[in-house]
Amino acid sequence: MRGAKSAKWVAGAIVVALAATACGGNGDGEGKSKGSGPAGYVSIDVGEPQKPLIPADTNESNGSYVIQSIFTQLLDFDSKGDIVYTNAESVTTDDSKTWTVKLKKGWKFHNGEEVTSKSYIDAWNWYANIKNNQQNSFWFQDIKGYDDVHPEKGDPKAEAMSGLKAVDDHTFTIELKYTMPYFNYKLGYTTWAPLPKVFYDDPKAFGQKPVGNGPYTFEKWDHKKLIQVKAWDDYQGPNKAKNKGVQFKAYTTLEAAYKDVVSGNLDMIRQVGPTDLPKYKQDLGDGAIEQPYAALQSLTPAFYSKTFKDIDPKVLQGLSMAVDRDTITKTVLNNTRTPAKSFTPPGVKGNQNLDTDVFTYNPAKAKKLIQEGGGVPGNKFTIQYNTDGGHKEWVTAVCESIRKATGVDCTGDPKPDFATDLEARDNDQVKGMYRGGWVADYPVNANFMKELYHTTAEANNGRFSNKEIDGLMNKADKAKSLDESVKAFQEVEKKLVDFMPAIPLWYYRINGGHGKNVDNVNVDFHGDLEVWAVTTK
Amino acid sequence: MGRYVARRLLQMIPVFIGSTLLIFCMMYALPGDPVRAMMGDQAYDPTVVASIKKDLGLDQPLLQQYANYMTGLFQGDFGTQIASQRPIADVIADAFPVTIRLTLFAFTFVTLVGIGLGVVAGLRPDTLQDRGLLTLTLFLVSMPSFVLGFLLQYQFAFKWQVTTPTVTDSTDFSQLALPAIVLASLSLAYVARLTRTSIAENLRSDYMRTAVAKGLPRRRVIGVHLMRNSLIPVVTFLGIEIGSLMTGAIVTEGIFNVRGIGLEIYDALTRREGATVVGIASLMVLIYLAASLIVDLLYAVLDPRIRYA
Repeated sequence: MRGAKSAKWVAGAIVVALAATACGGNGDGEGKSKGSGPAGYVSIDVGEPQKPLIPADTNESNGSYVIQSIFTQLLDFDSKGDIVYTNAESVTTDDSKTWTVKLKKGWKFHNGEEVTSKSYIDAWNWYANIKNNQQNSFWFQDIKGYDDVHPEKGDPKAEAMSGLKAVDDHTFTIELKYTMPYFNYKLGYTTWAPLPKVFYDDPKAFGQKPVGNGPYTFEKWDHKKLIQVKAWDDYQGPNKAKNKGVQFKAYTTLEAAYKDVVSGNLDMIRQVGPTDLPKYKQDLGDGAIEQPYAALQSLTPAFYSKTFKDIDPKVLQGLSMAVDRDTITKTVLNNTRTPAKSFTPPGVKGNQNLDTDVFTYNPAKAKKLIQEGGGVPGNKFTIQYNTDGGHKEWVTAVCESIRKATGVDCTGDPKPDFATDLEARDNDQVKGMYRGGWVADYPVNANFMKELYHTTAEANNGRFSNKEIDGLMNKADKAKSLDESVKAFQEVEKKLVDFMPAIPLWYYRINGGHGKNVDNVNVDFHGDLEVWAVTTK
Repeated sequence: MGRYVARRLLQMIPVFIGSTLLIFCMMYALPGDPVRAMMGDQAYDPTVVASIKKDLGLDQPLLQQYANYMTGLFQGDFGTQIASQRPIADVIADAFPVTIRLTLFAFTFVTLVGIGLGVVAGLRPDTLQDRGLLTLTLFLVSMPSFVLGFLLQYQFAFKWQVTTPTVTDSTDFSQLALPAIVLASLSLAYVARLTRTSIAENLRSDYMRTAVAKGLPRRRVIGVHLMRNSLIPVVTFLGIEIGSLMTGAIVTEGIFNVRGIGLEIYDALTRREGATVVGIASLMVLIYLAASLIVDLLYAVLDPRIRYA
């Protein structure tokens, strides 16, 4: 019979299909561990790093968490933003141009190789080389000879930067192209970590299985699920691990991670999602974390746009005074932000209280200033934001606040996602303002001005350009000491109020938490939880 | 039969090429540059972006890129993810088994429970149990899956603590049960209603009366004569449903933290990882094609009058 024959055939096909899927099902080695992982380990909701684990190729937060646990650079910062030497004995300079680094002796990579001047110099040269396409390569651009290894076009002319010289195994010098009094602060960024020799054999494999000199050794990377690192007994730095290891667990949503913290399957969460914010203090009790960190959100006018071309700064001051920061941070943002009072967040060196009312809500004065400045062209403008990042609510609220206070019509200009948002900014297609955000790379006020408002700054997407400000910043960079430079940048900050390259809105606050199984959870200056200091109960 | 299968298989080739080209063009048309997006909104170096794009061949024209992609595909190379630099084949191999497990679980659930409920209700139309089923399925159809997901998660994981709120180990079927049931609920309702109607209709047909009149045992009347004829529309639906279950898992996978294909394709889309999206989507196309082929072949089993030459 025809039917019976085809039945056999179909049955065969189904058996084959089932067998195939069964094979697939057993093929991947998933850990059977439940709860918070091996005894003494702590877990945190750090998702899948975007990129391989190479220090100079990561600037997003997931990856840098893992890299910071495996690698240690020359120095680090305490919660106040002061320098703490880790791998370096000292970093000194006489003229802010040539810096001498002395390394601590006896430091080793996890594979036993000693950390020497060469480990640093070779690594930095490799990072900076254009052929290696490292995302953070521009961090080395201050060093003399950077343009030889990283030309704008074509192949590199040299293999090494001429500014880096080893004096002996544990001393080397860095010569910069120009003076930069806060250069040593830059060295605290994870990008400046050294590399062992084994890296150069196969950088690709290394990125999946890194060997560092940090407080933890790499154990395993179960893609999209978990990265596990183990405390390293031989670590000599001040940030030695106080737990036995860390599991960085990937969660798809903040809500899912939060649920796991509450139910005890996860120890720490970096950020509580909006739905759980109203009740997280009640749920977590002492485990709730609420702390400010060095990051700032602002509205940045596109100074090339029809609306804000040649705008009178008074108008921007007026718009700034039309934003009711107190109410919006309390209601719409659920107290996750602190109203801004300057162009630099607290926690960076030189943050000051500007003697101005530009950041205070004052509808009457706002209206007056806008009128004096000639008004907003067309009496309306837009704020560009990406809809995939939870910005819609506050952009709407800010617009509402401005409209109510001044009558200037303001609407959101949503972009479907971050990629589209960035593209519009890069290509100078922002129609009005865009939402700007900046997290400190290093805790010095220069980081919030030089990188954002200098005419040549890469992140100056508003294309703000002012000769006077540029000049002041260049001068501040030539200062003899850090203190002088910080002071000079404080002066720049005071001047910025007159030009308003952006309208600062609020400082970020971390709203995270931890469960009952762990203790000593602290936040560092850029809002990361200090995983190494966490103890288990 | 053999020729029919061969013809169907051959038809798959243009469908496959057409659909991949379409997806490829759509990804290309989307605004946003994946390499640039990777750099975030902090400072970055355009030279590095240009250099990475050149290395990945993203600076070439669309058709050239597509040709390169297809050549790679036929050599078994799905390409490389832009950010992670992992082979896409690895990424898919990580995520696919998870989704397949989830889908098979959900599918089994749909088939057994859905058909079961439908038969029970269909055999006694317009009784209390039939109305009960209609109400239940109406409830399931109208409930968005994320509501049901959160509801069940809250009840079972937090209130009663019979299961974990999220899936930490996707090989553990007790953890997968909840997401699978949520995923299955919508199809379950359709299958149950479809079966019910089909059964209720066929109950009144001539061949049923003949079968009963012949004095056949009730088990045989229902099991062979009634079921076999009533299941044709259900099987069609189920076959197509395999594909939708797999792609439809995005919401459910999100709620329960299941690291499957749904999330993978969502991530890839937001990051503009064209090659990953096309890779996963082409596999989906293949699965749909295979499923519909199996469905067509199953017809012949259920109804010998349907023949394939």
